[in-house]
This record gives sequence, structure tokens and C-alpha cells, in this order.
Amino acid sequence: MTELVTIITSLIEPTIKIVALVFMVILPMVAYSVYAERRFSAILQDRVGPNRVGVPFTKISLAGLGQPIADGLKFILKEDLTPGHVRKVYYWLAPALTMVPALLTCAVLPFGGHLKLPFVDEPFQMVIADLDVGILFVFAIASLGVYGIVIAGWASNSKYPFFGGVRSSSQMISYEISLGLSVIPILMIYGDLNLGSIVQQQHDKGWALLPITLEGFKPVFNLRDIALLVPLLISFVIFVTSLFAETNRLPFDLPECETELVAGYHTEYSSMKFALFFLGEYAAMIIGSGFAVTLFLGGWSLPFGLGGNGEESLFWGLVAIGTFFAKVVGFILFFIWIRWSIPRFRYDQLMRLGWVFFFEIALFNILLTAGILMIFR
Amino acid sequence: MAIVVKRPKLSIFEKMYLPGIVKGLWITLSHAIKMLLGRSKKVTMQYPEEKWDEELPEYYRGAPALVTDEQGRERCVSCQLCEFICPPRAIKIIPDEIEKGNTWEKVEKRPAEFDIDMIRCIYCGMCEEVCPEQAIYLRQDYAITGESREEMVHDKAKLYEIGGVRVGLVNKWNELK
Repeated sequence: MTELVTIITSLIEPTIKIVALVFMVILPMVAYSVYAERRFSAILQDRVGPNRVGVPFTKISLAGLGQPIADGLKFILKEDLTPGHVRKVYYWLAPALTMVPALLTCAVLPFGGHLKLPFVDEPFQMVIADLDVGILFVFAIASLGVYGIVIAGWASNSKYPFFGGVRSSSQMISYEISLGLSVIPILMIYGDLNLGSIVQQQHDKGWALLPITLEGFKPVFNLRDIALLVPLLISFVIFVTSLFAETNRLPFDLPECETELVAGYHTEYSSMKFALFFLGEYAAMIIGSGFAVTLFLGGWSLPFGLGGNGEESLFWGLVAIGTFFAKVVGFILFFIWIRWSIPRFRYDQLMRLGWVFFFEIALFNILLTAGILMIFR
Repeated sequence: MAIVVKRPKLSIFEKMYLPGIVKGLWITLSHAIKMLLGRSKKVTMQYPEEKWDEELPEYYRGAPALVTDEQGRERCVSCQLCEFICPPRAIKIIPDEIEKGNTWEKVEKRPAEFDIDMIRCIYCGMCEEVCPEQAIYLRQDYAITGESREEMVHDKAKLYEIGGVRVGLVNKWNELK
């Protein structure tokens, strides 16, 4: 009987976390990141974004916050056309293959420390799955996202999607190498693949990119961490740039730009399938920024080691969750800022950057980190 | 003849792309900060609240309309030149005779029906340019709306209503010859 109870409770807890995180935080965040992109890009260009759609049938415009809801309704109610010349099985499969790996990787993201509810004695861990091979899981599942784009490009049976699919698949495979290699210095420094423990160590000893903690009012740092800043900064730049390339985001968005290919690999898609591609790209962007924040910017921890991790008090647990999402939102704004400031890479420049520059620099970076760790042993 | 295009010589600072990228990011960020602090003018006009009707130039091409002259005569003589030249064929004219005993019987023709389908009209102004009687003019109203296709066809009465009277035109039918 008690085993049944433990089985049920051990199933209920992840279910609640999955429902709460994925359906009530990440999917609305995806929809609102489209709104944020339109609004923030308008501000960057001296104009006003969507500011009229508010409560329906009234004149209350909540600064346009109802726009994603209107867009969602439009996508649902639009005609879902399957052209006659496509390979139907792959055509229907491709949007799902893009969205699912993007959402699946958020299972190992630690979005908070612990949450101690008042009437329950054990604090809940704010991760859906506390895997000991967290980062490996992320890279394995994120690589499956290439399949969606390749299959979409191939199944559409038309020139422009085909080009878009080919370019995108080669770009994504090339930058996965530098993505993985740039994370190895972090693994060497923290000695663990478990994302929760990486963030806990950053909470205790300062962020990877800001290795200073406060004791009283005195800043405490040591020479090893300052020396490690050099390879870590290089690593951060390579990781963020590869993240842009992985999510097909400017300046690497040649596979889907409008001036070269009509719409790239999602030309032949309409309504909900197009919405799945579109939202899958933004979901990958959000979860990728979640990982950049977790590995380099301290995850859910406040700077300088302030506060607790929620094991004792509910307040610090909530602060940790709020800090994580604030950092992710800041990173998304950074994505949008870069998109609207920089021109696009040409395809051969892109491949040269991935294979000639980033690969070598990431390998050299690993050697540099190993050298510094040996010196300060 | 092959023309050799010279590549610009880049300094070492420009060859590493990162400083150039940072400069570009700084330009956009300064635009964003100025917008958020309210110090720069938004280039967007909030349409139904702000309109630019006062600043429309006088040659602005809005909806076409027929005019009458000072003596109340309808100037159109249904020559059908505008119907011929209209690119989307929005104008339909059925000509009619002016019967004997009318004051203007020397004009001999007037339109029995004159329909302009505003859904087809492209506001090009060709009808105004080609009319030999100076009878059709394009006004300055641009927001033509309706709730059915039949409502959007302006017939002769509606066209004269929105056209009104225009003074100061050449009155070639009024001189006694």
C-alpha cells in the first residue's frame, strides 16, 4: 500500500512540474516572446510596435498584450492546406519533429533552487528531471532538431524549401561541434555534468563569469577564478554564437531569410504547422538562453552569492525562480537586439566561421583551461 | 573587358568582426534608449486618432466624382472616353439623348446611367486626365467603405452628390455660337 502511495506521489510531482513549467510558463513565454520581438525591434527602429490589441470588443488596449492571443486564434482558425505535390507523411511529421526536441530539453533545466512549501516537510527540487548527465542529454536531444528542418525541406518537394533545408542542416551540424566543445571548460572547472550541482556551485562560489562573492561587505575572490575568466569569456562568446546558429537566428538565418529563399524550409506550410515551426524556433531560443544562463551566468542564483537556495525559506525559493526567469528574459532581449543590429552572414562565410575559426578556438580553449587548472592545482 | 573591383583595405580592428559588431549594437541601443526615455520622435502615426487630412497635397488622388457647373447643368456628356481608358474597367456608362425642348438640347447627349465600382477603382486619375468636358474629378477622400459589394458601386446620383458644383471651368456650351 505504501509503495502504491509513493509511486503515485512520485508521479504526481513531476506531472505538476511539467504542466506548470511547460504549459503555464514556457508556452506563454514563447507566444509573448514573439510580441516582445515585435515591440522591442520597433523601439530599436524608432517606431511603435503592436499597441492596440487588448481586451476584445472594448477599447481597453493593454499596450497590445492581447496580440499573441489574436495571433494564436488566427493560426488555429486558418485553413490548413496540404499541397498536392508534397510527401504527405514527412510533411505532417516535420513540424512536430521541430517543436518536440526543443520542448523536451527543458526537462533538465534548473529553474529554481528548492521550494519549501509550508505544510510539506521536504523541499521540492525545481527541476523536472535531476539527471546526472544533464548536459549530455541536452546535446543529444537538441541534435534531433535538425531532423525536423531537413524533413520539412525535403518533403515540400519544391526548390526553395529544399535549398533552405540543405543550408540549415549543414549549418546546424557544423555549429553543434563548437557548441559542445565550448561547454567542456565549464565541465572541467565544476567537475560535474549535473546542471543542478553546477548552479549550486556557482551559487556558493560566485558565477562563472562573475566569480566574486560578498562576505559582509567585503568582496572575496581568488586568483584561480580570475585567471579562469579568460577561457570562460572565450567559451561564452563561442557558446552564444553557436546558439544563434543552432536556432537559425540572425546573423545566421540564411536558411529562412526572405530575400534569398521565399521563406526557406517552411514555405509550403500554412496555419498550425507554420505556427509550430515558428514557435519551435522561439522555444529553442528561450531554452537555449536558459542553458546559457545556467552554465555561465549562475542559473537561479543572485549575484555575489546573496540569498539562499530555498531549502529553508519559501521566500528565497521564489526569489531564485524569479531571478532565473529575469535572466532568461534579459537574454531573449539580447537575442532580439542582435537580430536587428547585424547583417546576415553569407553561406560560405558562415561555414568558414564554424569550421575554421570556432572549432580551432574551442579546442585551444580546452587546452588553455586545462593548463590554468593545472597551474592552480 | 574585365573590371577588377578593388576590395577595401581593412584595418586590424575591422578584420576581427567583434569590434564592428559591438559598434553596431551600440548604435541600436542608443536608439532604443532614446525612444524609451521619450527623447525621440516616433515615426509611426496612430491612425484613427491622428490623421493627416490637413496635410494632404492638392493633387492627392482620392475617390472620383462628377461635377455640375454654375448653371446646374451636368457637365458629363457620356462620351465614354473615361470608360475606355479606365485600366480596371470600373466605369460603366449608358448614354442617353437630351430630348428636344430642353434648355441644353444643343449638347445632345447625357448619361442615363454612370456607375463607378469603387472596389475596382485604382485611383489612378486617368479618367480625370482624359475627360474633354472637365466633368470628372478625383476628390481628397480616401476612406471609402461599405458592407456589401452593391453598396460599393457609386451610381450617378451618388457621384453628383459627392462631386457638387465646381466653378471657374471652361464653359464651351454656354457661348452663343
